Amino acid sequence: MSLAVRVIPCLDVDAGRVVKGVHFENLRDAGDPVELAAEYYRQGADELTFLDVTASSSHRQTMVDVVSRTAEQIFIPLTVGGGVRAPEDVDSLLRCGADKVGVNTAAINDPTLIGRVAERFGNQVLVLSVDARREQGERHTQSGFEVTTMGGRKSTGIDAIWWVKRAQELGAGEILLNSMDADGTQQGFDLEMIKAVRKEVKIPIIASGGAGKAADFPPAIEAGADAVLAASIFHYGKVTIGEVKNAIKAAGYTVR
Amino acid sequence: MTSVVVFDYGFGNVRSMVRALADLDLDVTLTSDHRQALEANGLVVPGVGAFGACMEGLKSVGGDTVIKDRLRAGRPVLGVCVGEQIMFERGMEHGTGTPGLGLIKGDVELLDADVVPHMGWDTVEAPEGSVLMKGVEGERFYFVHSFAAMSAAPADTSGDQLDFGDAEERVTWCTYGRSRFVAAYERGPLFATQFHPEKSAEAGSQLLRNWIATF
Repeated sequence: MSLAVRVIPCLDVDAGRVVKGVHFENLRDAGDPVELAAEYYRQGADELTFLDVTASSSHRQTMVDVVSRTAEQIFIPLTVGGGVRAPEDVDSLLRCGADKVGVNTAAINDPTLIGRVAERFGNQVLVLSVDARREQGERHTQSGFEVTTMGGRKSTGIDAIWWVKRAQELGAGEILLNSMDADGTQQGFDLEMIKAVRKEVKIPIIASGGAGKAADFPPAIEAGADAVLAASIFHYGKVTIGEVKNAIKAAGYTVR
Repeated sequence: MTSVVVFDYGFGNVRSMVRALADLDLDVTLTSDHRQALEANGLVVPGVGAFGACMEGLKSVGGDTVIKDRLRAGRPVLGVCVGEQIMFERGMEHGTGTPGLGLIKGDVELLDADVVPHMGWDTVEAPEGSVLMKGVEGERFYFVHSFAAMSAAPADTSGDQLDFGDAEERVTWCTYGRSRFVAAYERGPLFATQFHPEKSAEAGSQLLRNWIATF
């Protein structure tokens, strides 16, 4: 027996509603993140991730309410990302029921944030979210994978492989590796990128971006991912958590 | 109504623990008040973060005294994650050892595995007669930690005037990478888990119910 590969549905939340279409006929209100989270819990999700896509200060309280209501009925780990800029933001999310927090742009702007969060709450609480893509044309990074912000619209010029190594040193407990090239294509994960990151870091990697069918998941694990994350294919009911787990199991890996 | 205090000393995903217990129809209070912590039917000691910082935080509100007072009176205590680790003699998190509560003989050391932290759902080996693991021996539990106790044995607690009598020690183990470590410990009123029962879905709820049944 060994550690199970984690299957993690991700819910993008905007002003308290799930964005990206949700098609579950058995849900009274599929746009309600709390109901959708409960459905995934029933389906056997190993963890849940909420991404606050707007994360404006006016919506902050809405997200706190969503997390709080979710944590009341779901007894699996809950990661919340979006708009985390200071240890105080981490504190308020943990207090309302989050178990881990995702940090992205704020850590790029100020890498000391990683250490400050890890020191106070432990490494395991901090999931560094990295939106990376392959550089096109003239290359500015050594690895050819660069970090982007603003959902892939803005280039940072930072080498993604260098960044994940640095983040590990600073105290990140886990890497949520999102391929901006694969994201939305449903053509499978960026396996080369997962391999490149696996070679350099010892902390767990959550692969994200590109899953279109159950068969897309096992190769990501083969490439070195410890967990797999997807959003729309679960929301659209294109594939269930159970089908993904069956595919992973059939490929010889352990699932819960 | 059965009462449980979740000890609040500034460390841990305390909200998750409070909710998991409240879901079992218990009267749950999050506090560091000594009297309430002593009088409750059960006391949960959570803990997330670094061993040294947790130990310091616990002592600053007198949690070490509360835990030992309860155990001396035979009243159940459940330590979770770093709340489990601090029950041991020493934590080796920053090279030099930080003293723990010394209730279990053993040191808390860094896991030896290719990927650390150990994060996710793992199986355990429960011993015969385990109270906590009854009915959930074959289930997976949620772990998230980089350090663990690699051995466990009854400690000499006579200096604390603490006598476990002939209470039997039962250790549940987990193997990850090249490490075999303590996943759960029970001896008399002292219970502890390295994993998070409050995050382990149905199996975790059953474990908490098993603990409550000892009150």
